Amino acid sequence: MAEYLFLVPLLPLIGFLINGLLIGRLPRSVVSAVACGSVGLSLIVAIMLFFDLKALPADARLIEQTLFTWISADILHVNLAFMLDPLSAIMILVVTGVGFLIHVYSVGYMAHDKCFGRYFAYLNLFTFSMLVLVLADNFLLMFVGWEGVGLCSYLLIGFWYEKQSASDAGKKAFIVNRIGDFGFLIGMFIIFWHVGSLDFATVSQNAPMVFAAGGTVITVACLCLFVGATGKSAQIPLYVWLPDAMEGPTPVSALIHAATMVTAGVYMIARTNVLYMMAPDALMVVAIVGAATALFAATIGLAQNDIKRVLAYSTVSQLGYMFLACGVAAFSAGIFHLMTHAFFKALLFLGAGSVIHAMSDKQDMREMGGLKKHLPITFMTMLIATLAISGIPGFSGFFSKDEILWKSFSSSHGHVALWVLGFITAGLTAFYMFRLIYLTFYGEERMDAETKKHIHESPRTMTVPLMILAVLSVIGGLVGMPHIFGATNYFEEWLHPVMAGPPQEAATHALASAGANTSMEWILMFASVALVLMAIYLAWYLYRKNTAAAGSLADKLSGARTTLANKYYVDEFYGAVVIRPLIVFSLFLWKIVDVIIIDGFLNGLASLWHDISNALRHAQSGRVRSYATMFVFGVILVVAYFVLGSN
Amino acid sequence: MVDYVSALSIDFNLIWPEIALLIGASVILLGSISKSFRPVIPAVALISCIVAMLLASQQWGHQGSGFADMVTCDNFGVMFKQIFLIASIVTLFLGFRYLKVKGLNRPEYYALILFSTAGMMVMANTADLVVMFLGLEIMSLPLYVLAGFNRRSLESSEAGIKYFLMGAFATAFLLMGIAFIYGAAETTNLRRIVTNFSYIAYDYNSTAIYFYSGIALTLIGFGFKIAAVPFHSWVPDVYQGAPTPVTAFFSVAPKAAGFAVMLRIFVFGLSGVELLTTAFWVLAVLTMSVGNILALRQDNVKRMLAYSSISHAGYILVAMTVGGADAVSSAIFYLVAYTMFNLGAFAVVTVMETRSGCRSEFSELTGLSKVHPYLAAILALFMFALSGFPPTAGFLGKFYIFSAAVHKGFIWLAVIGVMNSFVSVYYYLRVIKTAYFDEVKGKVTPVVLSPTVIIALIITALGTLGLGFFPQQLLEFSQAAIFGMP
Amino acid sequence: MSEYLSVLIFAVTGAAIVLFTFFISKLIRPHNPYPEKGVTYECAEDAIGDSWIRFNPRFYIFALIFVIFDVEVIFLFPWAVAFGELGLFALVEMVIFILILFFGLFYAWKKGVLKWV
Repeated sequence: MAEYLFLVPLLPLIGFLINGLLIGRLPRSVVSAVACGSVGLSLIVAIMLFFDLKALPADARLIEQTLFTWISADILHVNLAFMLDPLSAIMILVVTGVGFLIHVYSVGYMAHDKCFGRYFAYLNLFTFSMLVLVLADNFLLMFVGWEGVGLCSYLLIGFWYEKQSASDAGKKAFIVNRIGDFGFLIGMFIIFWHVGSLDFATVSQNAPMVFAAGGTVITVACLCLFVGATGKSAQIPLYVWLPDAMEGPTPVSALIHAATMVTAGVYMIARTNVLYMMAPDALMVVAIVGAATALFAATIGLAQNDIKRVLAYSTVSQLGYMFLACGVAAFSAGIFHLMTHAFFKALLFLGAGSVIHAMSDKQDMREMGGLKKHLPITFMTMLIATLAISGIPGFSGFFSKDEILWKSFSSSHGHVALWVLGFITAGLTAFYMFRLIYLTFYGEERMDAETKKHIHESPRTMTVPLMILAVLSVIGGLVGMPHIFGATNYFEEWLHPVMAGPPQEAATHALASAGANTSMEWILMFASVALVLMAIYLAWYLYRKNTAAAGSLADKLSGARTTLANKYYVDEFYGAVVIRPLIVFSLFLWKIVDVIIIDGFLNGLASLWHDISNALRHAQSGRVRSYATMFVFGVILVVAYFVLGSN
Repeated sequence: MVDYVSALSIDFNLIWPEIALLIGASVILLGSISKSFRPVIPAVALISCIVAMLLASQQWGHQGSGFADMVTCDNFGVMFKQIFLIASIVTLFLGFRYLKVKGLNRPEYYALILFSTAGMMVMANTADLVVMFLGLEIMSLPLYVLAGFNRRSLESSEAGIKYFLMGAFATAFLLMGIAFIYGAAETTNLRRIVTNFSYIAYDYNSTAIYFYSGIALTLIGFGFKIAAVPFHSWVPDVYQGAPTPVTAFFSVAPKAAGFAVMLRIFVFGLSGVELLTTAFWVLAVLTMSVGNILALRQDNVKRMLAYSSISHAGYILVAMTVGGADAVSSAIFYLVAYTMFNLGAFAVVTVMETRSGCRSEFSELTGLSKVHPYLAAILALFMFALSGFPPTAGFLGKFYIFSAAVHKGFIWLAVIGVMNSFVSVYYYLRVIKTAYFDEVKGKVTPVVLSPTVIIALIITALGTLGLGFFPQQLLEFSQAAIFGMP
Repeated sequence: MSEYLSVLIFAVTGAAIVLFTFFISKLIRPHNPYPEKGVTYECAEDAIGDSWIRFNPRFYIFALIFVIFDVEVIFLFPWAVAFGELGLFALVEMVIFILILFFGLFYAWKKGVLKWV
């Protein structure tokens, strides 16, 4: 089976070529069969390879396939080679699995779009690039995939390019990503310069000999790579593109901007964990940026009314969790959250897509409400995903988030402050997610009559993927049960061979002070669950209970005025003391920090180039004598330099 | 073939490729007098290029010199001859239909291209400053005429006269430089200059000053040919005004010739002159940055590509700053790759311009993807290559140059270069955006794709992608080209 | 410094004398301007138009063709002087050289360059 590894990326590429070269010439049924079929076959191959890999002994789980030598120049030797190890095995399963479901979903979602073929061509190209990214056995090939997914992201965000905002968002995403890529390239150069190889295996093997642990060089290299990760995975300060990326079709948001592409940064850090373990300072930066992003984005999420924007900021926040995990050297916890997040966030986006579909493309939650009875399947599945992302025990998100929180507290790289940030974020997450649920599915129906007439549950191609993802969102966490439940953490064990040091260290650490730590772990777990429940209660109170009360306010105005006033007072109190400052702060972050400072900085940078270009343009007058004058100035400078320099 | 040994001997084996081109060009000129000969002229031009190419490949692997040491044959020269010939073959293909549509179908076009190419080959084929100068003039004079080839168009005539004036101006500096070097080193032969250099440079009297002034002026003269900032000001007007196939040729072949000579003189020959490194550093940074910044605000595709070609010369100057085998072989790799995708980009512009009234403004690209999806895709490919995306040749070319720079410790230069290539993404993507996403105003006039242009597009597209996926062979060639160079 | 002082005195005196004579002549000359006095002196002929005019480009083409043959002669002289020692090979070379130039002339002729229309 191992020799068929190349099929995993090749199949979507073939799908892309068929759909891409024959745009507009194939009937829709063939386009969707080719697109879904290629990814589906790829998924089957991936699953078979996974079992092959599992059959190998734990420390020999590695399947490599070299297709051909790509570059061989002096010491630079790069193969076009794929590498399947436990880490990339999980990634290809997530990419092909979730990708397949989203392809199927898209068949229904895009059914009425006139550019059906182009859409699926892009989607297949994306899947191919993402698989190259995760299967690459060296930095350069990974970079090829990295750029490829960036390109597809650009193309798909701007898919409806007739819309100005969509093509602007595409450009924004692309440009911000290029800034990140710049970091990636520099990091790659530094590593190549010192190690003399770009192979992951060689780099991991030689790094301890070449770099001084904790030295400047390795720290700078890791930080540069991390800059790349912040661009691709939307972390502070380069997250700005992701919320705008919601201009793309919703399945694209689910696949690229939630489940797969944006996690590439996390994957890259996990892939190079050996390097990061040698640079504790860089790890600290990763952890701080991750935790800060998690909190920052969650607060912004509170104030959004666009259903997709809430989910976008939520994605940024959850990615922050993954970086937090990586930053405290709990790489497997980060990848674990990556996987569960792929399930429930894809589900949330697809659910949101189903809602938008039903609402005749309206996305404002203030115009929704009461959709529960109209869209029962969408509601149930989204509720499951919301419970998962909020971290209700038993759902997948609980296990992964809890592991991250515990590691950020207990790991030798962790700190109690990091835990506090993650802890608060967990509460905020539950709050804004339930706000979304209540505003969308409960309460009175606030949409206009025309929209209301068209509300319908989505077709089978859309609901079946929702249900499958819902099942995964529930059971997906079971592979990584915490130690204190007395279960084995299969996930951590599976990834153990690829991860340097920390899991063993943590394990021994845990064993050494088992007693104290176990009780501490229980306490922290209960604390976070309690916080989440409180947050859900608050959301229920503000967006469910109180709206009903406020609605009947008019009728009972004369009667129970005191009670109502009292309730009103409580609401005001909550509003003034808790929500208002948060909303103001959130608005501040969003309107001032995000829009003015960060966007402003980037826009300013762009317009600076613009101005310089304008100024220089006037030197180009079209007159030969002014050209000759410029030439003579150049001559004087060059000759003077040489004559003066020669002495 | 025998190895050329005798230094003073007259050995025609050294110059057969040049002779083939000159014969071809003369036959075309004389034949053009007869009306019945005219239809075969493009074929004659093409055949003489191919024959020259075969003859040049025969010289690969042979090292020697002749004609009183004025002609030098080595792999380096052969490599460059092939670049010039590829460029002229593609240019011949491009011109075929364009000239007919524009009413410019005169046999001189083909003859002038061949003469100019022969001049370039002379430049690459010598290690003597005077013969280099001779080659330079043989190359330049036809180019002046080609720039103004469209006599009826004001812009084209303006381009011709501007190019001629500025070219003559720059040539004066070059000649002055050669004279100074001759005065100081008492020879115009590069090898003997290098031998004499050791005592000239450390001679603290006026000789050293003459010598260094000579180097500076020579640098300026060739800096003009490769359009290094601040000697670039002629480029936009000339590139925009000249007929598009000619512009395509301008942007590639004379530049490569300039680099061939500069590499031979400054990198192989005078590598001991430390001042050159700093001078090249500054020129590289200026050329990359000014070219890119000015390209940002252009609304004409040809003008944008003109500035972009300036910035690409900057990337090659980076390699010259760095010096050493890695950098020079990557510069050669880049030149070949650049030849492919820049010619390709101009090929698409040429096709677009065969529509009547088309002036190559950005706005004229709208709707291309709807009417001509394949042409739009191939244009996108060239733009991606120009901006340096994998898996195109543009990415690898830049990658080799910048990694050679980092390897040799020129980190800031590499950083500035990489930043520049990020800036450049903006205007290259603008082309793609216009062709794919911009709203179409009015009806899009379809273009006619003639078979010759299709061949040109296929050659360049295959080159762009092929070198991106399988760079190995070319890398080996470029390493072999500089093997054994002093 | 003293030697420079004498130079300065010399220069000042010289300038003063010139200015003085101009001043004197201004004082004593009659003042009677009329238009003919302002005309440029051109060999006693009235000048027609400006000297900054565009020349017919044909002049250049004739000049260029002339230059080519001028250079040919320069090549021929040394060859003729050393012809005895150079032998057949040099003769063949010179014939080729002259043939090329001849082709050039033929081409120019056929293109109508030599006609003055």
